[in-house]
Amino acid sequence: MATEITVGIAGAAGDGLDRTGDTLARTAARLGLHVYTYNSYQSLIRGGHTWLRLRLAEEKVDNHGDHLGVMVALNQDGIERHAREVEAGGAIIFNGARFHCDPVLVPRGVALAPLPVPELTAKLGKLLPVMQNTAALGALLHLVGFDLEVTAEILYETFKKKGPEIIDQNIGVLRAGYAYAARTFPALGLEWQFSRKRRPVVTGNLMMALGAVAGGCKFYSAYPMSPASFILHWLAAHSEKCGVVVKQAEDELAVVNLAIGAGHAGARSMCATSGGGFALMTEAIGMAGMIETPVVVVNVQRGGPSTGLPTKSEQGDLSQAVGASQGDFPRVIIAPRDATDCFHSTVEALNLAETFQLPVILISDLLLGEHRSTIDPEAITGSVTIERGEWVTALSPDDAMNGGYKRYLLTPSGISPRARPGRAGLMHVSGTDDHDEHGILISDEHTNPAIRRKMHEKRMRKMDGVRARLQPPMLEGPAQAEVTLLGWGSTWSVIHEAAAQLNAGGIATNQLHFKYIHPFHAAEARKILDGCKRTVMVENNFTGQFARHLRAESGFAVDHLLNRYDGEPFEPAYIAERVRALLEGRTPDLQVAEHEAREMAYHHIRIHMHDKARPARLQPIAESEYGEPLWLVELIGRDDGRAEGMLLIGRHTGSMYGWHPEVPGVIRDAAPGAFETSLGLPPGADRPGTGSRARDERAH
Amino acid sequence: MATAELTLKDLDGPVDPDWCPGCGDFGVLKSIKEALVELHIPPHEVLIVSGIGCSSNLPGFIRAYGVHSLHGRAVPVASGAALANHALHVIAVGGDGDGYGIGIAHFIHAMRRNLNLTYIVMDNEIYGLTTGQASPTTTEGHKTKSTPRGNVEKPVQPLALALASGATYVARGFSGDQKQLTRLVVGAIAHQGFSLIDVFSPCVTFNKVNTYPFFKERVYKLEDEKGYDATDLMAAMGKSLEFGARIPIGLLYRTEKPTYEDTEPVLSRGPLVDQPLGLDQGTLAELLAETM
Repeated sequence: MATEITVGIAGAAGDGLDRTGDTLARTAARLGLHVYTYNSYQSLIRGGHTWLRLRLAEEKVDNHGDHLGVMVALNQDGIERHAREVEAGGAIIFNGARFHCDPVLVPRGVALAPLPVPELTAKLGKLLPVMQNTAALGALLHLVGFDLEVTAEILYETFKKKGPEIIDQNIGVLRAGYAYAARTFPALGLEWQFSRKRRPVVTGNLMMALGAVAGGCKFYSAYPMSPASFILHWLAAHSEKCGVVVKQAEDELAVVNLAIGAGHAGARSMCATSGGGFALMTEAIGMAGMIETPVVVVNVQRGGPSTGLPTKSEQGDLSQAVGASQGDFPRVIIAPRDATDCFHSTVEALNLAETFQLPVILISDLLLGEHRSTIDPEAITGSVTIERGEWVTALSPDDAMNGGYKRYLLTPSGISPRARPGRAGLMHVSGTDDHDEHGILISDEHTNPAIRRKMHEKRMRKMDGVRARLQPPMLEGPAQAEVTLLGWGSTWSVIHEAAAQLNAGGIATNQLHFKYIHPFHAAEARKILDGCKRTVMVENNFTGQFARHLRAESGFAVDHLLNRYDGEPFEPAYIAERVRALLEGRTPDLQVAEHEAREMAYHHIRIHMHDKARPARLQPIAESEYGEPLWLVELIGRDDGRAEGMLLIGRHTGSMYGWHPEVPGVIRDAAPGAFETSLGLPPGADRPGTGSRARDERAH
Repeated sequence: MATAELTLKDLDGPVDPDWCPGCGDFGVLKSIKEALVELHIPPHEVLIVSGIGCSSNLPGFIRAYGVHSLHGRAVPVASGAALANHALHVIAVGGDGDGYGIGIAHFIHAMRRNLNLTYIVMDNEIYGLTTGQASPTTTEGHKTKSTPRGNVEKPVQPLALALASGATYVARGFSGDQKQLTRLVVGAIAHQGFSLIDVFSPCVTFNKVNTYPFFKERVYKLEDEKGYDATDLMAAMGKSLEFGARIPIGLLYRTEKPTYEDTEPVLSRGPLVDQPLGLDQGTLAELLAETM
């Protein structure tokens, strides 16, 4: 079995966590490993809780998996929130001079690795607080068995411009952390095969930007919107090198209309946004359909509705993409499945847009767009095929005698060869009103149902040509299976891994994944699905938008929806467990889970208690005066460990019923002795002051 | 490619205008044609982009390249086309509702950019195509279908906005003065940078206030004003707000500034549409190396 480990780094925004994670990811990628990173960050410039996970593996991984091997905590909060997730055999690294780890939070078999950072770095001069990260990184390299020199080389490159002092200090701190860990803690015993083949560490957004320039995009416009902004940043930074005009505009209305204007004039154009900006673009997407101007519009989805979850992922804009703009018009919707696919899909989108003269919507999401993973460098190439479609460069004798160039020539394929403004003799008007072959309006004074019918059919006929070019969906995994998992877009990898887990557990499972959303391969999909025993649609949204799309297009209704809409991406085990529950007829439990009650308590503590407490024990109560079962969350002072009171959370509704300074008493059947800790420890075991012995036992 | 014998007739579109007889927009159409003839610009080098409204039907009535786009979006569509091919003469046209109402953000930001565009607004102080509601330039007190008790909102001041936003050629024309209007359009098209001409273009059907006689009684030509200096921004600002017993028409302001196209390094290599597409393998490898 291929070796892998997942490292979590917890801290606040501003703790330098991204840089540390980036250095670790590049280290692994230079060693020839594959990396996938997942950063559940908040929409804050500084503060807030950030939790970055890096899955480092010998084989290609495209999701953050189910495990946590090592945690690096950059603040106290990180320790408290994630220490319990570290698995046996793993370790928790932190700056022992600033933070402590209460042993009751630590699962059995997990090593504590506190680093005396000031002592280790005393000889290295005055350090910035963020340099504790570098010491922690050094210790981590020892624990997971990575080559220190590779990381030192990366730090050298990172700080090259800042001069030898800064370089020496950073590398010195790294070595100090490594050396201390090497003499103090045993390594975790991972056996790696390092190929040392250097791999790029990329994001879906970067691969779309690269795909755009490789695919011949010459004009890119955008308005800042998370999580699509990186495409703008990258293209702006590389505009001259890549020969692309990059224009930030006043709003998404301007953005898409600029792109369409450029596309009309003959420049391959693209723009990107997220759901809110896409909503503003929709009228113009219809225009592109009507005037038959190529344009590629990227929607990097985030959690909705409305401003929603700007820093969280969701697949919530499918219906919006399918239904964007008034009337019927030809459009293509493509949902790439991973970072490499983002590159190829963008090239394909540009080719389809120009060949068929229509808007192409690329639908990605925050998870795919922003999260880093390694790719095989040979998986992408600069020598992609650029298809520009059919063009007219001079007036034909026929047209010359028949009223001039026919921009909207009625053809069997529906494609009317284009003319670039500026060419002599081919003047025409492209109008958003419906029009005849010359582009003359048939909408105002003189409507014409016959011309309208044939022109509308011509436009829509292009969809047949597109469909014929696209790869139909294919079943992956065993032909005969108990369960078929369906998905679309960015969830391919996590569903793939879930299917593998189910197969390993004795439930024959296969996978049917959709990349081409529109036009839809209804007949092909139907044929496959009719042969499936039980179908489960896995989607990162509430209503099952793809399931609805599938039903609308093919008439096929899936057996089950497996949805997640808390802003977090799927994990393989999460999917596998919910599939098992479906097969066993267990209904999904929508009650507030224990870890969710804890997160709600953290929210209360942050907003109402100035972060001065932390949740200690959680007690489920079956009945209450509130008409629903509760979680009683005992809160204790972060500094002194004294009981602060109790928070009551409704398990059905999630309502925070209130705050009671007296721990027991308000709930009829809650006797003080009924408290059990979430770790299965005896009452009182997590009170600070009683745990020092346990800490000694667990620390190396 | 110069067309030696370009005549007005060569610029006739495939269909006749469907505007009401007497509409001010006829004068604007004629002035654009006259200006192109005077400047010897062959029609295939011209792209006229409009929004939606009576006046936005103009591209259909002239022989040139045209896009009849969306309500309020003529300016960004024209801007994209201008950036894609700066060898074209790009002219955006539309009405006051299109440009100063639904499209006002684009109007202001395009001027800020000083793109090399000409924008001609046929300002009739009313929504005509939708049969007579108050528009952004409808005067106070004007009773329309949507303001039966009289308009209570202050009209937008397009010329003042243009001056404040960095337009480098700001003029006001009047359809009732064809000669001056043509001169202004010639100046605007020849100007390097963003040129705005707000044209009083009376709606003979739905605006019974701002009629030809209304304007004829009030307008005076800036070129006849002794001492008026069209390079003086503050003087222009004063004139831009004059709308009462006397209303100035003519060139308010002109200055020379680098255009957006001049400052975009990629466009120094020639029109974008003529530049090579794609990446060579070496460049791709360099770009990927940044991530390793």
